[in-house]
Amino acid sequence: MDLLEYQGKQLFAEYGIPVSPGHAAFTVQEAVEAADRIGYPVVVKAQVHVGGRGKAGGIQLASDAESVRTHALDILGMDIRGHVVETLWIERASDIAEEYYASFTLDRSAKLHLGMLSARGGVDIEQVAAQEPEAIARLHVDPVDGLSEAVAREWVDRANLNPAATDGTVDVLVKLYRAYVDGDADLVEINPLILTTDGRVHALDAKVTLDDNAAFRHEWSEYEATQERDEREEAAHAKGLQYVGLDGYVGIIANGAGLAMSTVDIVSQVGGEPANFLDIGGGANADVMANALEVINNDAEVKSIFINIFGGITKGEEVANGIVQALGRVEIRSPIVIRLDGTNADEGRAILAEHESDRLVSQPTMIDAARKAVELAGAS
Amino acid sequence: MSIFVDETTRVVYQGLTGSQGRFYGLRNREYGTHVVAGTNPKKAGMDVDGIPVFATVKEAVAETGANASCVFIPAPGVSDAVLEAAEGGIEIVVVITEGVPAHDEAYFYNRLKRDYPGTRLLGPNCPGIISPGKCNIGITAGEIAMGGGPVGIVSRSGTLTYQALHEMTQRGIGQTTCVGIGGDPVPGTSFIDALAAFEADPETGAVIMIGEIGGSAEEEAAEFMKHQMKKPVVAYIAGLTAPPGKKMGHAGAIISGSKGTAAAKIEALEDAGCHIARNPSEIGEVMAEVVATL
Repeated sequence: MDLLEYQGKQLFAEYGIPVSPGHAAFTVQEAVEAADRIGYPVVVKAQVHVGGRGKAGGIQLASDAESVRTHALDILGMDIRGHVVETLWIERASDIAEEYYASFTLDRSAKLHLGMLSARGGVDIEQVAAQEPEAIARLHVDPVDGLSEAVAREWVDRANLNPAATDGTVDVLVKLYRAYVDGDADLVEINPLILTTDGRVHALDAKVTLDDNAAFRHEWSEYEATQERDEREEAAHAKGLQYVGLDGYVGIIANGAGLAMSTVDIVSQVGGEPANFLDIGGGANADVMANALEVINNDAEVKSIFINIFGGITKGEEVANGIVQALGRVEIRSPIVIRLDGTNADEGRAILAEHESDRLVSQPTMIDAARKAVELAGAS
Repeated sequence: MSIFVDETTRVVYQGLTGSQGRFYGLRNREYGTHVVAGTNPKKAGMDVDGIPVFATVKEAVAETGANASCVFIPAPGVSDAVLEAAEGGIEIVVVITEGVPAHDEAYFYNRLKRDYPGTRLLGPNCPGIISPGKCNIGITAGEIAMGGGPVGIVSRSGTLTYQALHEMTQRGIGQTTCVGIGGDPVPGTSFIDALAAFEADPETGAVIMIGEIGGSAEEEAAEFMKHQMKKPVVAYIAGLTAPPGKKMGHAGAIISGSKGTAAAKIEALEDAGCHIARNPSEIGEVMAEVVATL
C-alpha cells in the first residue's frame, strides 16, 4: 500500500525524523488557512500516488495568501498522469543548500535490508544508479543486527556528503531504519533529503510503501481510505478477491496466483486482451466463484469470460458443481469458456457438458480455451 | 532417491489442532507420511485422530523423533513457530501459511542462517513438498503425483506446480521430489538450493523450474545452471504480460520499476541453455521430449 507524501511525512515525524511543518488541505479555503497558520512562504504540493508532480505543475511556491489561493485552485482537480488531485499538502518553504537521497528496501537477492544513500538527490535514483553507480553508497543491514549509529556514521562517510550534514544524516538514517522496520514498510525513501542553508538536515519528500501483510498489527484505516482503486478493484477488494484490473475484454478467473498470471499471458499470446487478473485461491467453491463472476460481470468492457481451474484436493466434480451453482446465482452477460483440469477432470467435464451451450463452452487445454474465449469475445 | 524429505521423514504439525492443520495433517498421514505429532501449548496431552499433541516442538521431537515440521499457524504467529521448530532441532520447517509480513520473513531467515544452520526452511506461502510414494508435507494433492523419477520440480507457484505434476503423471513420467518454494519475497529455500540438491540426486535426470515475475531468483538460478549444473532444465515463467507495480496475487510477484520482468528472466534462462515452455501445458510436452533423450 502506497502512502501519500503527507502521510509518509507524518509517519516519519512519529519516528523523530525532521520534516517541514505543514497541514493537509482538501479545499482552497483550507489551503489558505493552513498557509496562514504555518507562515509564508509556503509550498503547495499535490498529493497523488504517482511521481513527476513537479514537472506537471503540481508543486508551487507561494509567498502570500492570494498566491496560495491561485495555486490551490489550479492544482486541486488537476490530472497528473491519470491521477486526479483531491488533497494538497501545504508546508513551510525550505532554504535548500544541498539535496541528497536516502532509502531502505528489501534486497530480495541478498535477503537483507538495503540502504541507499547518495549526494545526488532530487533526481530519479534509477537514473543515478544506471549512469553513476559509484555515486550511491549502499549498505546491507542484517535484520537480526539492525542499524547502529556507528555503522550509519561509516556509511555516511562513504557517501561523501557535505561534512556539515554528517551528524544530521546519521540521525535521520537511524530513525528512518526504525520507521522502515517497526512501520512494516516495503520501502521508505527520502528524495530529497536536504541540508538547509542554516545547517539542518530534513526530509523534504517522503515515499512510503507499506506491507499489506502486516496490516494486522497496525492501524492503517486512514491510509486505506486514500487508496486509489478503480471501481472493479474496489468491488473485488470488498469481496476479498485478489484482483488486478487490466484494459482488455476477456474476463479471467483462475485458482492460484501463478495459474491466473499464466491465464492472462496465454490470452495475450493468442492475440486477445485480458480484462483482469483474478485469483480465487485454491478451493474454487461455489461462493467464491459466484463472487468472482459478479465482479467480472460488472466490468462493462468484458466480452467473454475464461474460467481456468486446476482441481487438486478440490476434485473436478466439486469444482464443476461449484461453477454450475455459481452460474445459477449470477445473471451473466458474456459467453463463458471453462478449462477444467486436475483431479477427476473427466468427471468434472462430464458435469459441465450437461450445461453446455453456445454461451458456455468447456475446453480441455489452456490454449484452446484461450482461443475460444477470444473468438467468442469477437462474436459478442 | 529424493531430495529434502523421504520415507524416513517424521513430521510434527505446528497447528495440527486448527481446522486447516487437522485437515491437511490427516490427509498427509493418509498418503503415507509419518505424521508423528502436533503442537499446541493449550492442548498438550490431547490427540488428533490418534496423533499426540505436545506443548512444544522440543517435546514432540524428544518423544516422537520428529525431524520435520509443517507450520499451519496463522501469519502473526509464524515467526515464533519457525524459531521454535529450529530451536527444537527440526531439520526442515515447511511453512504453508500465507500473508506473513516481509520483515518477519527477513528476520527469521537470517536468524536461522546464523543460529540454526542445520535447519532448512521451506516457504512461507508454499504448497509444501512431496516425494511421491514416500512423503507428502503440505497441501499438494498426492493423487496427482507419481513416484519413481526421473523428474524433479521446483516452483514458486502452487497451482502451476500441480499442473506440472499432473502433466508428468498423465504422460507416465515419474517425479523424484516436487518442491514448492513459495511466492513470498524471502523464500527460505531458493531455486538454487533445490537445483543443487536435484543435481546431486542420482535419481533425478531432469528438472522443471517454474518461476514468475518479481525479484531476481530466476536470473540467479540461470547463473547457477550455467556453471554448476549438467542436468537439463525445462523452465516456465508466469507474468509475461503483467503490468509493472502491481502485486499479482503473490506478495513477491511484482515488477518494481524495470526490475523483475518475465522477459528478462526468460532471456537469462534461455542463455543458460534451459528449455523454455511458453505456457503451462507446454511444460509437459517439452519435458516429455527431454526425458526421451535421457
